[in-house]
Amino acid sequence: MSSAVPFLIYIGIFVGSYLIVNRIIRRSARTDFTSLKTVTFGDESAVVSDRVASVISVVSIFVLWGMFTGSTLLPSFLHAPGPFQGIATFDYTAATEDGQSDTATVTVLVHPIDEQPDPPQVEPGEGWARNDTATIGMWRSGLIRVDQNDELGRDAGARVTEVNGQPIAPGGSVETPFGRVGMSPKGTLNFEPSKGWQMEPIWLPAPEAVWQKFVEIAKDGFRGTTLLEHLGYSLMRVVVGFLFGALVGIPLGYAMGLSNWFRGWFDPIVEFMRPVPPLALIPLVIIWAGIGELGKIILLFLAALWIMAIAARSGVSGVSISKVHAAYSLGASKGQIMRHVIVPNSLPEIFTGARVAMGVCWGTVVAAELVAAEKGAGMMIMVASKFQNTDIVIMGIILIGIIGFGIDMLMRWAERVLVPWKGKG
Amino acid sequence: MSGLSIENISMRFDLPNGTSVQALKDVSLHLQEGELMSVLGPSGCGKTTLLNILAGFLAPTEGQIVMNGHTVTGPDAERGMVFQQGALFEWMSVRDNVSFGPRMKGQSASQYQQDVDHLLDVVGLQEFKEKAIYELSGGMQQRVALARCLANDPDVILMDEPLGALDALTREKMQSLVLKLWKETGKTIILITHSVEEALLLGERLIVMAPRPGRIHKEYRLPFADLGVGQDLREVKKHPEFAIRREEILGMIWDMEEEIMGRTEAAS
Repeated sequence: MSSAVPFLIYIGIFVGSYLIVNRIIRRSARTDFTSLKTVTFGDESAVVSDRVASVISVVSIFVLWGMFTGSTLLPSFLHAPGPFQGIATFDYTAATEDGQSDTATVTVLVHPIDEQPDPPQVEPGEGWARNDTATIGMWRSGLIRVDQNDELGRDAGARVTEVNGQPIAPGGSVETPFGRVGMSPKGTLNFEPSKGWQMEPIWLPAPEAVWQKFVEIAKDGFRGTTLLEHLGYSLMRVVVGFLFGALVGIPLGYAMGLSNWFRGWFDPIVEFMRPVPPLALIPLVIIWAGIGELGKIILLFLAALWIMAIAARSGVSGVSISKVHAAYSLGASKGQIMRHVIVPNSLPEIFTGARVAMGVCWGTVVAAELVAAEKGAGMMIMVASKFQNTDIVIMGIILIGIIGFGIDMLMRWAERVLVPWKGKG
Repeated sequence: MSGLSIENISMRFDLPNGTSVQALKDVSLHLQEGELMSVLGPSGCGKTTLLNILAGFLAPTEGQIVMNGHTVTGPDAERGMVFQQGALFEWMSVRDNVSFGPRMKGQSASQYQQDVDHLLDVVGLQEFKEKAIYELSGGMQQRVALARCLANDPDVILMDEPLGALDALTREKMQSLVLKLWKETGKTIILITHSVEEALLLGERLIVMAPRPGRIHKEYRLPFADLGVGQDLREVKKHPEFAIRREEILGMIWDMEEEIMGRTEAAS
């Protein structure tokens, strides 16, 4: 049930910020051209990305993240109820078979899991049931043999019958203000301090913990390799694999676009290989070329090859016949038509293909490194996950996302600069 | 023999389903150097096929094209072509488009610079020469196409509905430009058009083609092209003979279209 809370809060922020921004802050009418349109529903040009919504969207993800991880970046009143920490107490009542009963108090120190404190000191108290102490880590639970120090213990036939005055039986449980007290089938009490709604760092660390890890790894490296080197290796594989793929794929695509024989020969191969996900080739590539650089580059070469070949082929097929005719009747030779008409005309398609190929290569390299690698972004998060270093895993995912986005931006920029005539023919 | 001869051209396209289409049947024609001829006809009469054969993009199934004494076997710089639209190279500037022909011949910039600048002046694009093609309007693009063709100094210029996609006003200005260029350069020009008025205005000779099979239906010799040089074309259109010819040709094409419709309906 409580796992639905973040989701409900998120929907609440979405609806709430919409109402606040559009109904209260923006009550004054918009004055741009779109505001004069009476038909906006269904008019795609009237839909523009609302910057305010984007900012709130990103901020609210971090706020939610902080709320449910007890981030120190947020004021504490925003935090979701955290796990119980400190001294918890509850009473138990034990009864013997002949009807004697006595009550004692259990004092439990609930401590952060990375500490090993001593149990608190308590007076033994009066009666044959003695007071107990125990330590339990936050988010954990522990068995407490409350009868161990009692004068009449389990061996004497005494049973725990009540917790905080509420009856308890083997298999049952009682809620206390500090958490749940359960009873094992054998009659031992099991205390589970309340976990609250926050995530344990091992599942989801706070944003600042991830940032700290990033600073730490950027400074000291991960597994004997600097962060830059890990990312650099992944990028290098992508770039080298892509370049080889383009180097072979583009001429192959041109040949397929210009020659019947080439098209007939390579069409079945390309059309078959294109829908095979590069990830499916990983096992075979590892068998053939091992887990070293060669295997990765072969894999990325194959990932880029078909995409680039198809892009170049459709770039050639896309040249309008009147351009070719015009060039011929202006006296151009075949070589000149290739150089001045077919190649420039296919560049926009090739750039689109290159953008797709780079994206696929980036995804493939990370996946390949997850399987086997000594260095690389994917290897970093895979190894970290084996040691439950969730902070490194999240940091790695964010870095992989940023780099993937950066590659795409870079390709778009190159496209704008190098083929400004794209889409304007 | 100088000039351009179309000698008994027939063109048959064999379709994959075993039938064949007779696009042209026994078309013969001779053009003197410097003649301006417009070609009209209902759609499907083979006028674009004829132009493609003249340009050398298609080989006729029968007959031949003879130009200045030699048979045409393929495209050549002696026969320039102006297309309707989209045949400019958008990855080149206006100037690079216009100088494309000379550059392909291996001329250096100093050799063609003057010609290209002159042509850009003639078509009124001097100040746009560094612009990209996609920054120009449709009319300007067609002026680039004309200049590009002329920069190559062809003997014959083939125009495939070059003004078809322009608005009425731009079209009229371009018609004047075509007449002016024709008179100044003395080129042989063959112009295909859908517009009867344009065919009348720009045709020293006018050919009306008939469909199925494509053939020459009627030929006219007209005074309007000469009258139109350096004149307001709207004045030319007021000429009494202009209206008579226009009605006559319109009626002719109308009848052909009716016949096609009737035939199609009877077939279906």
